[in-house]
Amino acid sequence: MNLMMTQQQALEIVKRHRNNRVVVTTMSAVPTWAALSDSPLDFHFIPSAMGHAPDLGLGIALARPERGVIVLNGDGCMLMNLGSLITLANHPANIHLLILDNGLYEVTGGQPHAGVGHADFAELARGAGIRRVYSFDNHDSWQAGAAEALAGPGPAVIWLKIEGRLGQQTPKPPRPMSEQIARLQAALELPG
Amino acid sequence: MLDGPSVAAALEDCGVSHVIWVPDSVLGSWEPALSGSQRPTLLRVCREGEAFALAAGLVLGGKKPVIFIQCTGLFEAGDALRNAVHDLKLPIFMLVGVRSYYAHRQGKSNDSCPVFTEPILRAWQIPYVVFEERHTAADLAAAYRQAQAERRPGAVLVAE
Repeated sequence: MNLMMTQQQALEIVKRHRNNRVVVTTMSAVPTWAALSDSPLDFHFIPSAMGHAPDLGLGIALARPERGVIVLNGDGCMLMNLGSLITLANHPANIHLLILDNGLYEVTGGQPHAGVGHADFAELARGAGIRRVYSFDNHDSWQAGAAEALAGPGPAVIWLKIEGRLGQQTPKPPRPMSEQIARLQAALELPG
Repeated sequence: MLDGPSVAAALEDCGVSHVIWVPDSVLGSWEPALSGSQRPTLLRVCREGEAFALAAGLVLGGKKPVIFIQCTGLFEAGDALRNAVHDLKLPIFMLVGVRSYYAHRQGKSNDSCPVFTEPILRAWQIPYVVFEERHTAADLAAAYRQAQAERRPGAVLVAE
Protein backbone atom coordinates (compact mmCIF):
# COMPACT_ATOMS: atom_id res chain seq x y z
CA MET A 1 0.00 0.00 0.00
CA ASN A 2 1.49 3.37 -0.99
CA LEU A 3 0.28 5.75 1.69
CA MET A 4 1.55 9.30 1.92
CA MET A 5 4.32 9.47 4.49
CA THR A 6 4.48 11.51 7.63
CA GLN A 7 7.26 14.03 8.17
CA GLN A 8 8.79 11.77 10.79
CA GLN A 9 8.85 8.79 8.42
CA ALA A 10 10.48 10.92 5.75
CA LEU A 11 13.17 12.19 8.10
CA GLU A 12 13.90 8.79 9.61
CA ILE A 13 15.02 7.78 6.13
CA VAL A 14 17.16 10.91 5.84
CA LYS A 15 18.82 10.00 9.12
CA ARG A 16 19.85 6.60 7.76
CA HIS A 17 21.65 8.24 4.85
CA ARG A 18 23.06 11.49 6.30
CA ASN A 19 26.48 10.00 7.20
CA ASN A 20 28.69 12.80 8.54
CA ARG A 21 27.03 15.63 6.65
CA VAL A 22 25.76 18.89 8.13
CA VAL A 23 21.95 18.91 8.34
CA VAL A 24 20.27 22.32 8.25
CA THR A 25 16.64 22.34 9.40
CA THR A 26 14.07 25.09 9.54
CA MET A 27 10.46 25.63 10.62
CA SER A 28 8.36 22.49 11.13
CA ALA A 29 11.26 20.12 10.49
CA VAL A 30 13.09 21.48 13.55
CA PRO A 31 11.34 19.53 16.34
CA THR A 32 11.02 16.38 14.23
CA TRP A 33 14.72 16.28 13.38
CA ALA A 34 15.74 17.27 16.90
CA ALA A 35 13.83 14.23 18.21
CA LEU A 36 15.71 12.00 15.78
CA SER A 37 19.22 13.42 16.05
CA ASP A 38 21.41 15.42 18.43
CA SER A 39 24.57 15.68 16.36
CA PRO A 40 26.72 18.82 16.60
CA LEU A 41 26.49 18.78 12.82
CA ASP A 42 22.76 19.53 13.09
CA PHE A 43 22.05 23.23 12.60
CA HIS A 44 18.51 24.29 13.40
CA PHE A 45 18.03 27.52 11.48
CA ILE A 46 15.56 29.06 13.84
CA PRO A 47 15.14 31.92 14.43
CA SER A 48 15.61 32.14 10.70
CA ALA A 49 15.38 34.52 7.80
CA MET A 50 12.23 33.43 6.00
CA GLY A 51 12.99 31.14 3.08
CA HIS A 52 16.75 31.36 3.34
CA ALA A 53 17.78 27.93 4.63
CA PRO A 54 18.99 26.88 1.13
CA ASP A 55 21.29 29.91 0.98
CA LEU A 56 22.68 29.29 4.45
CA GLY A 57 23.25 25.64 3.57
CA LEU A 58 24.95 26.61 0.34
CA GLY A 59 27.32 28.86 2.25
CA ILE A 60 28.34 26.02 4.55
CA ALA A 61 28.72 23.67 1.59
CA LEU A 62 30.93 26.13 -0.29
CA ALA A 63 33.01 26.78 2.81
CA ARG A 64 33.42 23.09 3.65
CA PRO A 65 33.20 21.15 0.38
CA GLU A 66 34.56 17.98 1.98
CA ARG A 67 31.68 17.82 4.43
CA GLY A 68 28.41 18.02 2.47
CA VAL A 69 25.14 19.60 3.55
CA ILE A 70 21.52 18.40 3.64
CA VAL A 71 18.87 21.12 3.93
CA LEU A 72 15.41 20.21 5.23
CA ASN A 73 13.23 22.95 3.79
CA GLY A 74 9.46 23.35 3.69
CA ASP A 75 7.27 24.06 0.69
CA GLY A 76 6.12 27.39 2.08
CA CYS A 77 9.73 28.34 2.76
CA MET A 78 10.73 27.31 -0.75
CA LEU A 79 8.07 29.53 -2.29
CA MET A 80 9.47 32.50 -0.37
CA ASN A 81 12.83 32.14 -2.10
CA LEU A 82 12.54 30.38 -5.44
CA GLY A 83 15.53 32.33 -6.66
CA SER A 84 17.71 30.22 -4.41
CA LEU A 85 17.20 27.32 -6.84
CA ILE A 86 18.92 29.41 -9.50
CA THR A 87 21.68 30.33 -7.06
CA LEU A 88 22.21 26.65 -6.15
CA ALA A 89 22.49 25.74 -9.82
CA ASN A 90 24.93 28.58 -10.42
CA HIS A 91 27.35 27.54 -7.67
CA PRO A 92 27.74 23.75 -7.75
CA ALA A 93 28.37 22.44 -4.26
CA ASN A 94 27.86 19.30 -2.22
CA ILE A 95 24.33 20.16 -1.11
CA HIS A 96 21.09 18.17 -1.13
CA LEU A 97 17.96 20.29 -0.75
CA LEU A 98 14.86 18.47 0.47
CA ILE A 99 11.50 20.17 -0.02
CA LEU A 100 9.07 18.72 2.51
CA ASP A 101 5.77 19.49 0.83
CA ASN A 102 2.73 19.32 3.09
CA GLY A 103 0.78 22.01 1.24
CA LEU A 104 0.52 24.12 4.36
CA TYR A 105 2.03 26.88 6.39
CA GLU A 106 2.14 24.39 9.24
CA VAL A 107 3.78 26.52 11.92
CA THR A 108 1.13 29.23 11.65
CA GLY A 109 -1.75 26.83 12.13
CA GLY A 110 -2.12 25.07 8.80
CA GLN A 111 -3.18 27.65 6.23
CA PRO A 112 -2.75 26.67 2.56
CA HIS A 113 -0.03 28.53 0.66
CA ALA A 114 -0.28 30.05 -2.78
CA GLY A 115 1.19 27.06 -4.57
CA VAL A 116 -1.14 24.33 -3.33
CA GLY A 117 -2.30 22.08 -6.12
CA HIS A 118 -0.30 23.65 -8.92
CA ALA A 119 3.30 24.33 -7.86
CA ASP A 120 5.57 21.64 -9.32
CA PHE A 121 8.82 21.91 -7.37
CA ALA A 122 10.57 19.34 -9.54
CA GLU A 123 9.88 21.34 -12.68
CA LEU A 124 10.88 24.54 -10.93
CA ALA A 125 14.19 22.97 -9.90
CA ARG A 126 14.86 21.61 -13.38
CA GLY A 127 13.96 24.94 -14.90
CA ALA A 128 16.41 26.61 -12.55
CA GLY A 129 19.17 24.43 -13.91
CA ILE A 130 19.39 21.75 -11.22
CA ARG A 131 20.26 18.50 -13.00
CA ARG A 132 19.68 16.02 -10.19
CA VAL A 133 16.02 16.28 -9.24
CA TYR A 134 13.97 13.56 -7.52
CA SER A 135 10.31 13.31 -6.52
CA PHE A 136 8.75 10.90 -4.05
CA ASP A 137 5.13 10.91 -2.95
CA ASN A 138 4.97 7.90 -0.65
CA HIS A 139 7.00 6.11 1.99
CA ASP A 140 7.83 3.03 -0.05
CA SER A 141 9.22 4.92 -3.01
CA TRP A 142 11.25 7.28 -0.78
CA GLN A 143 12.64 4.34 1.15
CA ALA A 144 13.66 2.66 -2.10
CA GLY A 145 15.10 5.78 -3.73
CA ALA A 146 16.71 7.66 -0.87
CA ALA A 147 20.12 6.03 -1.10
CA GLU A 148 20.56 7.15 -4.69
CA ALA A 149 18.96 10.56 -4.24
CA LEU A 150 20.98 11.44 -1.14
CA ALA A 151 24.26 10.17 -2.55
CA GLY A 152 26.26 11.55 -5.42
CA PRO A 153 27.23 15.08 -6.29
CA GLY A 154 25.22 18.15 -5.47
CA PRO A 155 23.35 20.21 -6.01
CA ALA A 156 20.37 17.88 -5.86
CA VAL A 157 16.76 18.73 -5.12
CA ILE A 158 14.46 16.11 -3.59
CA TRP A 159 10.74 16.86 -3.49
CA LEU A 160 8.88 14.83 -0.87
CA LYS A 161 5.11 14.88 -0.55
CA ILE A 162 4.23 14.42 3.12
CA GLU A 163 1.12 14.60 5.27
CA GLY A 164 0.12 18.00 6.57
CA ARG A 165 -0.49 18.44 10.28
CA LEU A 166 -2.79 20.85 12.02
CA GLY A 167 -2.39 22.29 15.50
CA GLN A 168 1.40 22.44 15.49
CA GLN A 169 3.15 24.83 17.84
CA THR A 170 5.71 27.39 16.78
CA PRO A 171 8.98 25.44 16.60
CA LYS A 172 11.83 26.15 18.98
CA PRO A 173 15.47 25.13 18.63
CA PRO A 174 16.77 22.56 21.13
CA ARG A 175 19.44 24.98 22.34
CA PRO A 176 20.30 28.68 21.96
CA MET A 177 21.78 29.84 18.67
CA SER A 178 25.13 30.72 20.26
CA GLU A 179 25.48 27.13 21.49
CA GLN A 180 24.44 25.75 18.14
CA ILE A 181 27.09 27.81 16.36
CA ALA A 182 29.80 26.84 18.85
CA ARG A 183 28.93 23.14 18.52
CA LEU A 184 28.82 23.28 14.74
CA GLN A 185 32.11 25.13 14.41
CA ALA A 186 33.80 22.78 16.85
CA ALA A 187 32.53 19.81 14.83
CA LEU A 188 33.84 21.50 11.69
CA GLU A 189 37.14 21.97 13.53
CA LEU A 190 37.04 25.73 13.29
CA PRO A 191 38.49 28.10 15.87
CA GLY A 192 35.81 29.63 18.12
CA MET B 1 38.15 56.85 -5.70
CA LEU B 2 37.20 53.21 -5.71
CA ASP B 3 37.66 51.08 -8.81
CA GLY B 4 37.53 47.39 -9.56
CA PRO B 5 41.23 46.50 -9.61
CA SER B 6 42.06 48.41 -6.42
CA VAL B 7 39.03 47.01 -4.59
CA ALA B 8 39.82 43.44 -5.65
CA ALA B 9 43.42 43.85 -4.54
CA ALA B 10 42.42 45.37 -1.20
CA LEU B 11 39.97 42.57 -0.48
CA GLU B 12 42.56 39.95 -1.32
CA ASP B 13 45.02 41.68 0.98
CA CYS B 14 42.41 41.59 3.76
CA GLY B 15 41.92 37.86 3.34
CA VAL B 16 38.35 38.19 2.08
CA SER B 17 37.29 34.84 0.66
CA HIS B 18 34.12 35.71 -1.27
CA VAL B 19 32.28 38.71 -2.67
CA ILE B 20 28.55 38.03 -2.77
CA TRP B 21 26.77 40.48 -4.94
CA VAL B 22 23.91 41.91 -6.89
CA PRO B 23 25.60 44.85 -8.63
CA ASP B 24 24.30 48.27 -9.47
CA SER B 25 25.61 50.40 -12.31
CA VAL B 26 28.59 51.69 -10.32
CA LEU B 27 29.57 48.44 -8.61
CA GLY B 28 28.91 46.61 -11.85
CA SER B 29 31.86 48.35 -13.47
CA TRP B 30 34.07 46.38 -11.04
CA GLU B 31 32.88 43.06 -12.47
CA PRO B 32 35.91 42.35 -14.71
CA ALA B 33 38.32 42.77 -11.81
CA LEU B 34 36.22 40.80 -9.35
CA SER B 35 35.27 37.97 -11.67
CA GLY B 36 38.85 37.65 -12.84
CA SER B 37 40.14 37.20 -9.33
CA GLN B 38 40.79 33.79 -7.80
CA ARG B 39 40.49 35.31 -4.36
CA PRO B 40 38.06 36.62 -3.44
CA THR B 41 35.64 34.43 -5.35
CA LEU B 42 32.64 36.22 -6.84
CA LEU B 43 29.26 34.69 -5.95
CA ARG B 44 26.20 35.90 -7.82
CA VAL B 45 22.81 35.65 -6.13
CA CYS B 46 19.33 36.48 -7.40
CA ARG B 47 18.16 38.76 -4.61
CA GLU B 48 19.91 40.60 -1.84
CA GLY B 49 18.32 38.68 1.03
CA GLU B 50 20.06 35.62 -0.32
CA ALA B 51 23.38 37.40 0.02
CA PHE B 52 23.07 37.72 3.79
CA ALA B 53 22.05 34.09 4.36
CA LEU B 54 24.77 32.86 2.01
CA ALA B 55 27.30 35.04 3.83
CA ALA B 56 26.09 33.62 7.15
CA GLY B 57 26.66 30.07 5.94
CA LEU B 58 30.13 30.94 4.71
CA VAL B 59 31.03 32.53 8.05
CA LEU B 60 29.71 29.47 9.91
CA GLY B 61 31.99 27.41 7.70
CA GLY B 62 35.02 29.54 8.50
CA LYS B 63 35.19 31.85 5.48
CA LYS B 64 35.36 35.65 5.24
CA PRO B 65 32.76 36.94 2.78
CA VAL B 66 31.65 40.49 2.05
CA ILE B 67 28.42 41.64 0.42
CA PHE B 68 28.20 44.18 -2.42
CA ILE B 69 24.69 45.46 -3.17
CA GLN B 70 22.73 48.60 -3.95
CA CYS B 71 20.64 50.41 -1.34
CA THR B 72 17.43 49.20 -2.98
CA GLY B 73 18.57 45.65 -2.30
CA LEU B 74 19.46 46.59 1.26
CA PHE B 75 15.85 47.63 1.77
CA GLU B 76 14.67 44.28 0.39
CA ALA B 77 17.08 42.27 2.48
CA GLY B 78 16.03 43.49 5.91
CA ASP B 79 14.83 40.19 7.35
CA ALA B 80 17.92 38.31 6.24
CA LEU B 81 20.22 41.07 7.52
CA ARG B 82 18.42 41.13 10.87
CA ASN B 83 18.73 37.38 11.21
CA ALA B 84 22.41 37.11 10.27
CA VAL B 85 23.56 40.07 12.35
CA HIS B 86 21.23 40.02 15.35
CA ASP B 87 20.00 36.41 15.71
CA LEU B 88 23.17 34.63 14.61
CA LYS B 89 25.37 37.55 15.74
CA LEU B 90 27.74 37.24 12.80
CA PRO B 91 30.08 40.09 11.79
CA ILE B 92 28.71 40.57 8.29
CA PHE B 93 30.41 43.34 6.28
CA MET B 94 28.69 45.02 3.36
CA LEU B 95 29.34 47.65 0.74
CA VAL B 96 26.19 49.42 -0.40
CA GLY B 97 25.85 51.71 -3.40
CA VAL B 98 23.64 54.71 -2.59
CA ARG B 99 21.86 55.76 -5.73
CA SER B 100 21.36 59.50 -6.26
CA TYR B 101 23.41 60.43 -3.18
CA TYR B 102 25.11 63.47 -4.75
CA ALA B 103 22.02 64.63 -6.63
CA HIS B 104 19.96 64.42 -3.45
CA ARG B 105 22.52 66.47 -1.53
CA GLN B 106 22.30 69.15 -4.21
CA GLY B 107 18.51 69.15 -4.11
CA LYS B 108 18.34 67.86 -7.67
CA SER B 109 16.69 64.48 -7.12
CA ASN B 110 13.38 63.14 -5.90
CA ASP B 111 14.84 59.65 -5.51
CA SER B 112 13.89 58.37 -2.04
CA CYS B 113 16.87 55.98 -1.82
CA PRO B 114 19.29 58.46 -0.20
CA VAL B 115 16.57 59.60 2.19
CA PHE B 116 16.15 56.17 3.75
CA THR B 117 19.49 54.35 3.45
CA GLU B 118 21.21 55.78 6.52
CA PRO B 119 18.12 55.70 8.77
CA ILE B 120 17.58 52.08 7.77
CA LEU B 121 21.14 51.16 8.72
CA ARG B 122 20.81 52.97 12.03
CA ALA B 123 17.56 51.13 12.69
CA TRP B 124 19.29 47.80 12.03
CA GLN B 125 22.16 48.94 14.30
CA ILE B 126 24.80 48.58 11.61
CA PRO B 127 27.82 50.88 12.03
CA TYR B 128 28.57 52.56 8.70
CA VAL B 129 30.75 55.10 6.97
CA VAL B 130 29.95 57.07 3.81
CA PHE B 131 32.58 56.94 1.07
CA GLU B 132 32.76 59.83 -1.36
CA GLU B 133 35.08 60.35 -4.31
CA ARG B 134 38.10 61.03 -2.11
CA HIS B 135 37.96 57.59 -0.51
CA THR B 136 40.15 54.78 -1.78
CA ALA B 137 40.41 51.02 -1.58
CA ALA B 138 42.83 51.49 1.32
CA ASP B 139 40.00 53.16 3.23
CA LEU B 140 37.75 50.22 2.39
CA ALA B 141 40.37 47.80 3.69
CA ALA B 142 40.70 49.84 6.88
CA ALA B 143 36.93 49.85 7.46
CA TYR B 144 36.78 46.09 6.91
CA ARG B 145 39.72 45.37 9.19
CA GLN B 146 38.31 47.55 11.96
CA ALA B 147 34.94 45.79 11.85
CA GLN B 148 36.61 42.38 11.86
CA ALA B 149 38.91 43.35 14.72
CA GLU B 150 35.89 44.45 16.73
CA ARG B 151 33.96 41.32 15.65
CA ARG B 152 31.00 43.41 14.58
CA PRO B 153 29.03 44.06 11.41
CA GLY B 154 29.82 47.07 9.30
CA ALA B 155 28.83 48.89 6.15
CA VAL B 156 30.49 51.17 3.66
CA LEU B 157 28.03 53.37 1.78
CA VAL B 158 29.34 54.32 -1.64
CA ALA B 159 27.97 57.71 -2.68
CA GLU B 160 26.74 57.60 -6.27
